Amino acid sequence: MKLYCLSGHPTLPCNVLKFKSTTIMLDCGLDMTSTLNFLPLPLVQSPRLSNLPGWSLKDGNAFLDKELKECSGHVFVDSVPEFCLPETELIDLSTVDVILISNYHCMMALPYITEHTGFSGTVYATEPTVQIGRLLMEELVNFIERVPKAQSASLWKNKDIQRLLPSPLKDAVEVSTWRRCYTMQEVNSALSKIQLVGYSQKIELFGAVQVTPLSSGYALGSSNWIIQSHYEKVSYVSGSSLLTTHPQPMDQASLKNSDVLILTGLTQIPTANPDGMVGEFCSNLALTVRNGGNVLVPCYPSGVIYDLLECLYQYIDSAGLSNIPFYFISPVANSSLEFSQIFAEWLCHNKQTKVYLPEPPFPHAELIQTNKLKHYPSLHGDFSSDFRQPCVVFTGHPSLRFGDVVHFMELWGKSSLNTVIFTEPDFSYLEALAPYQPLAMKCIYCPIDTRLNFIQVSKLLKEVQPLHVVCPEQYIQPPPAQSHRMDLMIDCQPPAMSYRRAEVLALPFKRRYEKIEIMPEVSPAETAVCFQLADALVPMEIKPGISLATVSAVLHTKDNKHILQPPPRPAQPTGGKKRKRATEDIPDCKVLKPLLSGSIPVEQFVQTLEKHGFSDIKVEDTAKGHIVLLQEAETLIQIEEDSTHIICDNDEMLRVRLRDLVLKFLQKF
Amino acid sequence: MPAGPSGTSHRRPCEGDGPVPPVWRRPVSAPLSLSSVPKCGARGSQRGLPGTLRVSRGRRPCARPRRARDLASPGTDRQTRSRPRQSPCPPQPPESARPDCMTEGLPAPSAGLAGISGLTMDPECSQLLPALCAVLADPRQPVADDTCLEKLLDWFKTVTEAGSSLLLLQENPCLVELLCHMLKPQDLSSRVLSFSLRLTGVLAAQEDCFQYLQQGELLPKLFGEAGPLGGAAWTSPAVRSGWIQGLRSLAQHPSALHFLAHCGAVDTIFSLQEDSSLFVASAAGQLLVHILGLSMQGPAGAPPSLQAGDWPACAQKIVGHIEESLRATATPQITQALNVLTTTFGHCHDPWTQVLWVQLSPLVAGLLEKDPIPAAHSLVDLLLSVARSPGLSSSSCGLWETLAQTLSHLSPTQAGPLALGILKLQDCPQALRAQAFAVLLQPLACVLKAMAQDPGPSGVPDGTVGDSMTAGTPLPSKAACVGLLCRSLAHLELLLPLPQRPCPWPQALLLGAAVTLLQLCGGSARPACDMGRHLCTLLLGCVRVQRAALDFLGALSDGTGKAEGPASPARLLRWGRRPLRVLSGAGLGLGWPVRSVPCFPWIDALLCWGGPWRGRLGASSMSVSGPRELVTQVFAVLLEYLRSPDSSPTVLKKAFQATFRWLLSSPKTPGCWDLDPHALLFLRDLLPVLQKRLCSPCWEVRDSSLEFLTQMTRHWGGQAGFRHALLASEVPKLTEQLLRDPESYVRASAVTAMGQLSSQGLCVPPAGPEHQGGQQKSLLVELLHILSTDSEGFPRRAVMQVFTQWLRDSHADVAGDTEQFVAGVLQVASQDLDWEVRAQGLELALVFLEQTLGQPRSHCPHAVTPPVEAPVGPLAQALQPLCRVRLFDFAFRALFDCDRPVAQKSCDLLLFLRAKTASSSGLQESQSSPNVASVEAALQRWQAGDQAQPLGDLEPEVVLAVLRSLDLEGLRGALAESSDHVEKSPQSLLQDMLATVGVLGENEADCY
Repeated sequence: MKLYCLSGHPTLPCNVLKFKSTTIMLDCGLDMTSTLNFLPLPLVQSPRLSNLPGWSLKDGNAFLDKELKECSGHVFVDSVPEFCLPETELIDLSTVDVILISNYHCMMALPYITEHTGFSGTVYATEPTVQIGRLLMEELVNFIERVPKAQSASLWKNKDIQRLLPSPLKDAVEVSTWRRCYTMQEVNSALSKIQLVGYSQKIELFGAVQVTPLSSGYALGSSNWIIQSHYEKVSYVSGSSLLTTHPQPMDQASLKNSDVLILTGLTQIPTANPDGMVGEFCSNLALTVRNGGNVLVPCYPSGVIYDLLECLYQYIDSAGLSNIPFYFISPVANSSLEFSQIFAEWLCHNKQTKVYLPEPPFPHAELIQTNKLKHYPSLHGDFSSDFRQPCVVFTGHPSLRFGDVVHFMELWGKSSLNTVIFTEPDFSYLEALAPYQPLAMKCIYCPIDTRLNFIQVSKLLKEVQPLHVVCPEQYIQPPPAQSHRMDLMIDCQPPAMSYRRAEVLALPFKRRYEKIEIMPEVSPAETAVCFQLADALVPMEIKPGISLATVSAVLHTKDNKHILQPPPRPAQPTGGKKRKRATEDIPDCKVLKPLLSGSIPVEQFVQTLEKHGFSDIKVEDTAKGHIVLLQEAETLIQIEEDSTHIICDNDEMLRVRLRDLVLKFLQKF
Repeated sequence: MPAGPSGTSHRRPCEGDGPVPPVWRRPVSAPLSLSSVPKCGARGSQRGLPGTLRVSRGRRPCARPRRARDLASPGTDRQTRSRPRQSPCPPQPPESARPDCMTEGLPAPSAGLAGISGLTMDPECSQLLPALCAVLADPRQPVADDTCLEKLLDWFKTVTEAGSSLLLLQENPCLVELLCHMLKPQDLSSRVLSFSLRLTGVLAAQEDCFQYLQQGELLPKLFGEAGPLGGAAWTSPAVRSGWIQGLRSLAQHPSALHFLAHCGAVDTIFSLQEDSSLFVASAAGQLLVHILGLSMQGPAGAPPSLQAGDWPACAQKIVGHIEESLRATATPQITQALNVLTTTFGHCHDPWTQVLWVQLSPLVAGLLEKDPIPAAHSLVDLLLSVARSPGLSSSSCGLWETLAQTLSHLSPTQAGPLALGILKLQDCPQALRAQAFAVLLQPLACVLKAMAQDPGPSGVPDGTVGDSMTAGTPLPSKAACVGLLCRSLAHLELLLPLPQRPCPWPQALLLGAAVTLLQLCGGSARPACDMGRHLCTLLLGCVRVQRAALDFLGALSDGTGKAEGPASPARLLRWGRRPLRVLSGAGLGLGWPVRSVPCFPWIDALLCWGGPWRGRLGASSMSVSGPRELVTQVFAVLLEYLRSPDSSPTVLKKAFQATFRWLLSSPKTPGCWDLDPHALLFLRDLLPVLQKRLCSPCWEVRDSSLEFLTQMTRHWGGQAGFRHALLASEVPKLTEQLLRDPESYVRASAVTAMGQLSSQGLCVPPAGPEHQGGQQKSLLVELLHILSTDSEGFPRRAVMQVFTQWLRDSHADVAGDTEQFVAGVLQVASQDLDWEVRAQGLELALVFLEQTLGQPRSHCPHAVTPPVEAPVGPLAQALQPLCRVRLFDFAFRALFDCDRPVAQKSCDLLLFLRAKTASSSGLQESQSSPNVASVEAALQRWQAGDQAQPLGDLEPEVVLAVLRSLDLEGLRGALAESSDHVEKSPQSLLQDMLATVGVLGENEADCY
């Protein structure tokens, strides 16, 4: 069993598992942090951004000044943002049989995989994952396509040139593989390959393994996966949460007794407690708005925003903010808010019960009804006429490189009354803000990441007790900035195996057993035969609790299933076609020799030999057993735990005599 | 909520309230003459108390918080009220219930003594007692409520303490009959049996009564094998407990000792020490102690022998049992013996206790040899009890050695309480104190060591510092580590304010430890070694340690105080500015010669080493930066906690408290009470945090932030630096917004904070767009609005307190038109549903009254003191403003308030006023004017519960006349009694018990 690790990002995994002749891709996350190296795409012409000076080398060489711009000491690529794809060279992706998706954040690279690698398999995901994933992709494509940029920079990617660039461009990895965003057509094609699944649904893959999605508690429809054969079980835990937010709670019990547990998607901010962060978010929001400032919340159109809106629903009245408008701007805002209300079966119990009242599960419906929350597809259109300040705006993209958020950053960045509150943990807020410097507006970092933290992981591992844990290398040591925090790493026994990008991991896992069935499907005519085969099994207790039976049958292996069929009847003396067919179908079975068991007590054996006339017997102890030397006969009997050898020179009679003496000490069946 | 118009729906009189109290001093007119109210029986004067003030009911029951008196036995209250006022003649017990062997074997009561029986028991109760005894003896009529039996027993104790038990028995033969009845084999309730045993003990405590009961062999039958001891009832813990307590009461005289010896009770008590019921086992131990003490008293005051061999047999037997228990292997037995000894040394300080200790101390010391030490907690208790006993000469009986040995043998967790106890002792050897202090400091020293940059102080042997937590690294479990640290901090905090606190007091070490602990819990500590990292993992986010450390840190702000050591930040900073030579050899710059105390070898080393502060606080940097850095670290860690989004509300509250204490003790600029420049710098960082906290979604956080703001404003509101910083922030504006918070506690705190800010002139006029155009409301109007409309009591109470303070301080908003202000507030307050608001209204009225009459307020408002200076003008003129603000209307109404504290306060106020006006002349009372009559008539109606009619405009003359006609002193006396005093009378108790079982059948219908 092997694990091919195609992504270096622990929360945006992309791994391929080879298990029992199947090739399973686990998630295909897209690392979008690469976009932080690019200049933002403003919705309207920004004189500031378009007038940034070109970057030149120390020696004054300015051949890159068209591609690279300088802003407050940072250098950015002036081009359409590009994304860092999973590794495509490590394994032939056309051989991937299936792709299992854990949550909508971990499928953003899907079009690159399904449309450009010769992939011909099936993708499995839950319905909310697909629907919200589609929204995220749609938003991404929309954000980038609506601001067409002619320029496409590639010169800087040259390895020799890249070496000359300042950090972080200099240190960017695999820049040659960075790709522009996919198109909506590719998105649709990729999504058409997805087969919807429900929690706990068992999906057979070629008869070899069975995969099952389990609720992971992180997002609507988010799943962990069980991949198991009859005797092996691999759990894939990706983006799980034990907090009581809106999704269905995590199913931990089903993860028990795994041989291998692949653990990805833990919280990216292990030191930030989500509850405390929500408190910070609310406090800072209220503080800004009360002072007459505006609040900008760069966010994804789904996920934590539902919880934030719920918190605000409870908070705004108490904070006297009932009159402050909340705007949610995204091409998919409407769909996201509405989808969240219809996925009742994927919600936590409290929200599910509301459906039967009947009430909308999320209170943002009421915020919309009372006009406290308004949503728009973009800045243009209705929003401009409704817009009044001070207000709170939720909009994307959290990278601050594209989307409506760019406009608000340009609009509000100059006033210290305004505040931008970062809630999404995927991007470094300092890097996100870099092209907007100098910035007067206040910046608050309240990353809300509800995924498992290390304390929860530790409890989880104690609970489910996997034999081996496999995780990204980032999880087996404390974060570099907090090297003393030994609590911020996975601590388990045996120590977790770690992987990094472009690494192939042989999992410590030996397949020892296969399940073999005795004629599971029997036609009425053959029932008697089947009974014969089963009747022939006469178990014999070798030692307490262990019985053995011999069986003579023919093993059929097809589609990874093994079936024992009754042996052919003894060959009929009648000649002709019939006999020939029988010979073709089932090979003749010879008369079986009995199986032996037991051990040979050397002293008694020697006595027996003496009794049978052998003299001059010498016994030597060896590491594995004994050697009985019949010097006169020049014969050696080598007795070991699981074998006995009689070595004599061409005296078959003697050998048979000695064999019979040996057999007297053993049981036969 | 049902509220009568203009708050006049005071309670209506209802049946069972008792007679209307004689409020009027003299009958001014016929209808007012209430002195003819019939009194009930001999105790009528007691019963004639103001039933109106007993229990608040009828009117707005939900508006008031429950008070203790409202919680007192509601069932009893109801039944009492349902009884007719006249004491019913109790029915005689039915013949069938009378025991046929009631007085068998007992001498006939002496008739000659009957004449003085009234001294021992109320005749009414005597009348009820036979019926009650019959009920108790009747197994068919179970007593439902055993608190009644407890009360009954208490009453019997009172009666027997006041008089002769023998007379009581002779006067009430039913009691003996009851006790005899207990001997009959029947299905009696264990409660009654237990009660009877205890009653017997109470009665037999007097020797003559004991003899009397002995004659009838009642005692041996009750307490011997023939009694419950040998029967099935013994399985009930209540009976066993009753048996023990009965004997405990009984064992008061030498005869009792003989009796105990004779009936073999001591052996039974030994066995009861191991009883399955903890109460029984504990009581058995107490009884043993008592018997031991009694037997050692000797006959007729003769001092007991100081030779243990000559002690009375009973004492020897008990001591022998204790010795045997101490030698036992089972921990429970050892625990019992230790507990008995602890009680003995705690209660008895006679010389023989020293002999006892000398005899037993080797056995006690022997316990230390065992591993693990059995019953360590009890052992600690015993040793401390012995050490505190004035009867023992500690030095001569080797106690100090035992204590030292125990300290070194016990685990750190067990040794903590012992160390604290030793340090609290007055005359303890210095070496032992040093050892004890070392035990308390050990866990903190261990933390410091774990956080050290290098492996450890060279002078600190590994076996001493940190043994508590490092023993057998890895560290113990999180629970053990947290428990040990919390206890250690709590012990040191207890020690801090004591005069016998160890000297030198390692202030800097403790500060360093507290700060380090807080950093560990908050995740900001950066341990350099594995042990530190492990500790970090254990303590990270531990709220318990955070709370304890913050409390301790706050306490350390007071420092070592007075003479001997550097304490407060001010002191620390002053120390920091000392020349280097003063500090040389003084460890962490603590300013005392650490090396001169040989008993602190490792602390000495640690102090010199400096723990994690080493280098930063080393001698070379001591001159300025050392202590300053320590204080800076304290403020930094406090700010870290105040800022952290992960601080729980309770932790945050404690962080605010500690911050306030440290700010309080920060050094003052010479000649000015303002905060010092460093504190002001800190304040600049603090205010943005406070701003954010005021917007927290968690109401507890908002609340504690407001409390902190109030405290700060109260102390530094007048200081320029503070004012400037505060006014430059958004804090006043946010506070004003919190007046409309959805949480009532927060609104109340916001009211207090705004009141304080306004008093100091720190209120900023709202500048928001909604307030433009001169439409802004003044704070006074806003608070009045809260007072009249807020649905919760807390904000309204807070408003009243603010208004009272404003009036007292002549706040600008109030001083403009004080009369209008007071009139408005009193009008709203009088209608309030919350009694505390009404009471606070009276407080405000009193302040106004004092200001109007021009008298400084005395501590005792109703004390009759001659006026020091005459009123400004004639009395009538002085009283006019009071009439104009309708203060009397409010006060008279409050006088009949259904809530006793309000009525009491009003009574006090009117008494104060009367005292003020008593000596003034020049004002004619118009005693017979029609106005007075109408006012008195109105008041009478008010008293009766009808407060709908207002008094109308009152003239000062009328007020004075009414004031003098009221029997305010009588009313005050009546109010001073608790509201349930009628129900608490023994007669009431007996009636209740009888009513419960239906013997008093006439009120059966009322029970439903």
